[in-house]
Amino acid sequence: MSPAAAYVCRQFVEDVTSYLEGTLPDEVMVVVELHLADCPHCREYLRQMRETIAMTHALAEDDVNTMPADVRDRLLQAFRQHNE
Amino acid sequence: MSEFFDEAVLVKALVERDPDAFEYLLDRYHPMLVRLARQYVPSAAVAEEVAQETWVAVIQGIDRFEQRSTLKTWLFRILVNVARSHGVRERRTIPFASTAVFDDEPAVEPGRFRRLTLHGRGTWKEPPHPWPDPEQHVLDAEMVETVERAVEHLPPQQREVLTMRDLLGWTAAEVCDALELTDGNQRVLLHRARSKVRAALERHYDQGRRT
Repeated sequence: MSPAAAYVCRQFVEDVTSYLEGTLPDEVMVVVELHLADCPHCREYLRQMRETIAMTHALAEDDVNTMPADVRDRLLQAFRQHNE
Repeated sequence: MSEFFDEAVLVKALVERDPDAFEYLLDRYHPMLVRLARQYVPSAAVAEEVAQETWVAVIQGIDRFEQRSTLKTWLFRILVNVARSHGVRERRTIPFASTAVFDDEPAVEPGRFRRLTLHGRGTWKEPPHPWPDPEQHVLDAEMVETVERAVEHLPPQQREVLTMRDLLGWTAAEVCDALELTDGNQRVLLHRARSKVRAALERHYDQGRRT
């Protein structure tokens, strides 16, 4: 059995983060790419991981500055006066 | 103040007490500090307090900032110290170093794969159903809530790493530096966290398909 044929979906779902991070050793990367070319389910899984990351990122995009104006003014004043 | 994108310029301006530099820092990092503080304290109100105290410590400590780390990780370290002084949960060190392979926290229920035999070899038995095209659905409130809840329920260290990496967009190196993690451990925590959030979204979509 070739290394690519022995590579299984159950392994891919554990390697997906290393795959996305680009930290898989070259020889494993080749095997994973071959597997992905062959396996629509793992391609779907990969797509879902990417979407999960994008959705998680979207959570913080709406974070607004919640600092009350008077606190900000006091901090700015403290900043200016420090060491004076 | 685009010149402040350059961290060396920013730090110099801060040390010289340029108010524009401090305002830039407040605008850029306050929401992030509040978001991170939420990892350590029980309420949004306390998180806001912790972030504000962090700024006071920044004002007092910026002259001593030696740029051995980035400003971001320096801010984060102050934040964690302040949060701890509020009597909150400590981070623990992690007892593993290997990457996750078929371990105690599988990314996907093992039952969804065929058994590891010569014929089945761990291929999908119950593959993931395709998700709706992200182009076709805006981020609806329910989904946002699903992700938020999934993140909230992660074990503390996984949540910490995921918050920094995926919510705030820090690099792996920045997270390792801030949390004093090895590259491998950082990746395992991230992997477990992301896998759980994906699984929560999958349950959400699967439920939607059945109804």
